[in-house]
Amino acid sequence: MKFEPGTESGKANLEVFSETLMSLASGDKNVLAVTSDSRGSGKLAPFAAAYPEQIVEVGIAEQNLVGISAGLASTGKVVYAVSPACFLTARSLEQIKNDVCYSDHPVKLVGISAGVSYGALGSTHHSTHDLAVLRAINNIVIIAPSDNFETKHAVRAAATMSHPVFLRFGKRPMYHLHNPRTKFEVGRSITIREGSDVTFIATGETVYHALMAGKMLESRGISCRVISMHTVKPLDAESVLKAASDSGAIVTVEEHCVLGGLGEACAAVLMQAGARVPFRIVGLPDEYTITGSQQEIFEHYGISAKGLAETAEKLLNP
Amino acid sequence: MTDDELKIKSIHYRKKLLEYIKKAGAGHTGGSLSCVDILNVLYNRIMNISPQNFGDPARDRYVQSKGHSVEALYVVLADKGFFPESDLETLCKYRSHYVGHPTRKVNGIEHNSGALGHGLAFGAGVALSAKKDKAAYKVYVLLGDGELVEGSNWETFMAAAHYRLDNLTAIVDRNNLQITGKTEDVCGLERLDEKFRAFGWHVEIVDGHDIAALSDVLGKVPFKTDKPSLVIANTIKGKGVSFIENDHTWHHHVPTDSQYRQAQLELDNLLTELGS
Repeated sequence: MKFEPGTESGKANLEVFSETLMSLASGDKNVLAVTSDSRGSGKLAPFAAAYPEQIVEVGIAEQNLVGISAGLASTGKVVYAVSPACFLTARSLEQIKNDVCYSDHPVKLVGISAGVSYGALGSTHHSTHDLAVLRAINNIVIIAPSDNFETKHAVRAAATMSHPVFLRFGKRPMYHLHNPRTKFEVGRSITIREGSDVTFIATGETVYHALMAGKMLESRGISCRVISMHTVKPLDAESVLKAASDSGAIVTVEEHCVLGGLGEACAAVLMQAGARVPFRIVGLPDEYTITGSQQEIFEHYGISAKGLAETAEKLLNP
Repeated sequence: MTDDELKIKSIHYRKKLLEYIKKAGAGHTGGSLSCVDILNVLYNRIMNISPQNFGDPARDRYVQSKGHSVEALYVVLADKGFFPESDLETLCKYRSHYVGHPTRKVNGIEHNSGALGHGLAFGAGVALSAKKDKAAYKVYVLLGDGELVEGSNWETFMAAAHYRLDNLTAIVDRNNLQITGKTEDVCGLERLDEKFRAFGWHVEIVDGHDIAALSDVLGKVPFKTDKPSLVIANTIKGKGVSFIENDHTWHHHVPTDSQYRQAQLELDNLLTELGS
């Protein structure tokens, strides 16, 4: 049967992370999960039960989480430091900068329930700043997988990386977006759908919505390319520039503040290459979001098939 | 080496760190002078760390959380042969690897530090790894007293006790001063020993300039099986130079030409007293 992206429901990326980590840990006792009272929210209870010697619990202390992880990683341990992205990338930002990135200890930082996954729990629990702050820190790869396939490959790739990496994903079940035979490579985007009128460049859990927007636009006679930019840093500049030359407009999509994230990264690539193409950044505005579920927040701010289709149409027909 | 030989070495370290701070026109004079006897004993008597074994996973680890006192560390590492002492001519100069705080670009340094309240957590991670591997090496972390107000330290004091890291030793360079003034005036720390005990550490208090006493205490870690070790080393900020001692304004003050000559003269006189 032909694979059709976005039609078959999968698991939460968080669950795939947990399963993949279990599989890595089963073959290597050096694989460790370090948690800050976050094994439940990280779906790591089965990991803790199966590999009790390979989980390190530090309690609700994110600074310590990252510092201890750096020490463990310095001795050759394969360390996944797991904490809600909102706390991991704010409370312990200085530890990320100095103890992990500047000191170059290859910790795998795992920001769970990222973006607005926590929905109505409010802005304390949202990470809409993490891509921006980490992009400005040297020596860290940033990956926001869009589906189970990308999550599995990103978690596996992280294990072999000799420098720091940040993985970011949410907790809702995701649709499968990739044929399992697709090649996953850190730093290389994946084109899910080809098209020539407009290109959506999306990352993380917004990719699905970009794909649905593409399908909606196709029914209105507008041809859309949809790119999953799973690696936000280093950015696949080649695919961004190719989109500018191949299509009539670009819309970037992210579950992040419009300041400093994927959209501005793409804009910088385009401007500095002299590429002139109609361009819009869709994400969360510079405000504390309205109350609602992740889905409601997405719809409110236009990160939905309908909202993205409207943005693309306005861009093409101003 | 005998105690007297180490005492002489400490004075030479003091002379050198002042020399390179003077040449660089920058550095943390007071804190480097206060911790240098601790470094002397650690590197020359206690720790199994040398240029020859620095790549060996079984080596001991030293983490300098009070990264600003890097000049003391640089002169000790040079003396141990990690790099030629002449490298220190470049301290803080354009494109030098010898930055004003420790970085791993310098041979012998395990971890980049300088932002305070970071070293202990890193050290605890290394100690935890040793426990998991059933490895025998030990981890030594030097903390400043002023940096103890950083809350991150206390996260690690709790976790290290929880994980029974008796292979982890934290040494507090208790010189009672920080950049603004007395630690007890800025944000009182006392009673420190009781705080550490309450957090589950075994505490010993020692004269941080007494080579024999430091050797004795540091040679006994772990003090208690299953407990991390805490050494409060009572020191004098600026130790060894009369007009620098106990004056917080010397936190990162660089001596003038005449002050530099006077400091070296005082240290030379100490060498003469020791028969060197």
